[in-house]
Amino acid sequence: MRVELQDIRKYFGQVKANDGISLVFEPGRIYGLLGENGAGKSTLMKILSGYQPSDSGQILLEGQATAFDSPSAALAAGVGMLYQDPHDMPPFRVIDNYLLGKDRRVRLAYREAKEELAALAGRYGFEVDPETYIDNLSMGERQQLELVRLLAEGAQALILDEPTTGISGDQKDLLFASMRRLAQEEGKTLILVSHKLSEVQELCDHVFVLQRGKLVGETAIPCANEKLVEMMFGKIPPRQARPELPPGEITLELRDVTLSTYRLTVENINLSLAAGEVFGLAGLEGSGQSLVLQACAGLLQPSRGEILLDGSDVTQASYHEMQDYGTAYIAAGRLEEGLVAGLTLTEHMILAAPQHSFMLDWEAARQNTANRIERFQVVGTPETLADELSGGNQQRLLFSMLNEPLKLILLEQPTRGLDVRSTNWIWEELYHWRAAGSVIVFISADLDEIIERSDRIAVFSGGVMSRIVDAAETSVDELGHLIGGQA
Amino acid sequence: MKMPQWLQKIWVTVPVITALLFTTVLLMAFGADPIESFGAMLDGSFGTQSKFLSVIAFWIPLFLCSTGLLLTFKAGLWNIGIEGQMILGAIAASWVALTVQAPAWVMIPLELLAAMAGGALWAAIAGVLKSRGKVHEIFGGLALNNLAIILTNYLISGPWQPPEGGSFRGTQPFQTAALLPRYAESRFSPLSLVLALAAFGLVAVALSNTFWGLKLKALGKNARSAFLLGVSSEREALLAMMFCGALAGLGGAVRVLSWFDSLRQSISGGIGYLALLVVMLAAYRLLWVPLVAFFFSVVLNGSVTLQLRTQLHSSLGGILTGVLVLFVLLFGNAGNFASGKRKTADE
Repeated sequence: MRVELQDIRKYFGQVKANDGISLVFEPGRIYGLLGENGAGKSTLMKILSGYQPSDSGQILLEGQATAFDSPSAALAAGVGMLYQDPHDMPPFRVIDNYLLGKDRRVRLAYREAKEELAALAGRYGFEVDPETYIDNLSMGERQQLELVRLLAEGAQALILDEPTTGISGDQKDLLFASMRRLAQEEGKTLILVSHKLSEVQELCDHVFVLQRGKLVGETAIPCANEKLVEMMFGKIPPRQARPELPPGEITLELRDVTLSTYRLTVENINLSLAAGEVFGLAGLEGSGQSLVLQACAGLLQPSRGEILLDGSDVTQASYHEMQDYGTAYIAAGRLEEGLVAGLTLTEHMILAAPQHSFMLDWEAARQNTANRIERFQVVGTPETLADELSGGNQQRLLFSMLNEPLKLILLEQPTRGLDVRSTNWIWEELYHWRAAGSVIVFISADLDEIIERSDRIAVFSGGVMSRIVDAAETSVDELGHLIGGQA
Repeated sequence: MKMPQWLQKIWVTVPVITALLFTTVLLMAFGADPIESFGAMLDGSFGTQSKFLSVIAFWIPLFLCSTGLLLTFKAGLWNIGIEGQMILGAIAASWVALTVQAPAWVMIPLELLAAMAGGALWAAIAGVLKSRGKVHEIFGGLALNNLAIILTNYLISGPWQPPEGGSFRGTQPFQTAALLPRYAESRFSPLSLVLALAAFGLVAVALSNTFWGLKLKALGKNARSAFLLGVSSEREALLAMMFCGALAGLGGAVRVLSWFDSLRQSISGGIGYLALLVVMLAAYRLLWVPLVAFFFSVVLNGSVTLQLRTQLHSSLGGILTGVLVLFVLLFGNAGNFASGKRKTADE
């Protein structure tokens, strides 16, 4: 299906998220949509998929002007979107989820639906058991199911938003193969939203590049990576070398630690991490790596085993005690677990400061905040509210609130959703802490990042920690196998 | 869809006008002349000096409770139990008044301290039930409100019943030394006004200029993030509850020691619940609280005269205030009302 966008505009207050974008997507091709954070990619795709209306401009499908007021209206017209987090119903069985919104009769035709689902899944090389619960599926399998559902409902144009986040290497290969097949053999229009250049190079025929709400360039693929980066950022950000550092004293030790939650039990974790070490935790979300991070932060008490920080037993220490001992924990949800929406940057700085006086000195606090904002390059003023910042600036704010000295920095997805420039900045900061002797433990869904940034890596699969691998001697492929639970 | 500037500016008056219109229609439906009715209401509050002093005397405990609620609302807590905290304050003050024999300058501070301790204790129970027992403060508070009423009834019909025999009406009048000095034969005690203003000043400073106030604000907006930033959520929430309870208890003491002269059934007069409405109507803004509390006091006291003049039931005042709060909650956030859909920004 030929999809044409004409002069799409969408403003959020002063921010021009989409400022007159015109694009054409031809059938039978795979397009890449590139741009740094806040460039307007997601807004544009949400408009095209019926999630939100544009302020002005039109959408033409096969030359016909169309307007949708909901995602289901868009799907009925042939435009389907696969979101980063699949929009399925985890407590449902696969077959129930498949029928949801599709079969509107009182008595559902299960048998026909099962046959239809099996046939469709088979065509794209997916294996789906209609009786399993969505809860038990991996992110990749849920994505396959969602893709099949969109196709079954007649999607002619498909938007995939960062589809490779959180899925294994094999699942990615399968996904890409089916995307090629959909374009080349079935003449569908595919749009890949991504900021991973390697994926765009591997899959796409053509890319559009957005910057600050405007279309700033397009090019056929293959094309030099440098050219794409230049189109996205205006200039090529320098990539810092990872400084070599001799290992220091053992700072953090986990001995036979067992962690139990009602969902998952992680047993017998043994780790010893030295000052100045960067330790990466890989694995699908919910495989146990977050529990280990929370245990180190004092947020989850181990049911067995002990945790030592600089040789002293901190197994039963509370989160606030761990903070006092020099531990920092930065969770993935910045505005949910870390920042307080509705509080200004100054108020955040006061709360995070190590010393407090009973009465507040607002003037001094404002001055201190202004200094930190400048040093950490946060785009905002002391009076700006935390929720008014973009994702990258929220992460900078979190880093600006860290207080020296830190023995242990625990990070969950520190660069998720951030563009190359912010990602580089974050790691430069972390390398400073590392040089000062902090242990850095981080979780990432991006295997390339794990391999590039870590000294050593542990992979989690269904609550089991793999052997520890040396980052210099491993590959995405090896990690992918470990994620799949193969040693 | 965006609201024009001029409409946003005057939006606050919309619920007030709507509530007045609604009440006017109600008055007309009952066959009363709206102008005459509202006139009677005003006359009932401002007509004579004693009427006006009565409005002030009613206003003070309401003002104290609303001030306390500013703390708990700031911390994101729904302290429905404020009604019970006020009753416990009244009971504690009565206990001192009935059992201690001393000059007024000993009696009064003792009574006020006991009242604050009683209110704080009742609030602490709700706070601990929440933090340790995972009982939501609304449910814990409602249960404690009922217990406080039952305790009052037990005391006035049992151990504290007047010598002439038990009735459910109240204790015998307290000794004169136990009562707050009142102004010119009225129920208004100037001392209680001083206390209320001091409490309001302290709370205002605590909220805007202390580290504790900032912690409460963070807690109220996002408890999880506040905890991760180092705020001890359990302790601060409990403290906020106890401070609020202490102020409510003080309000209860003012009720027994100057509005009445004894512990009575329904001693609180529903002032705790009213205070919740006051703070909501003031949209949690500090300086609006005393004004809105005063407005409530005017309407409720004025409706007594309304009943005498027009034969309409005095609960009309209650209807007016209740409807007003409903309309404020309904129209409260102009932004929400204008755009039905949630705003989604680009990530």
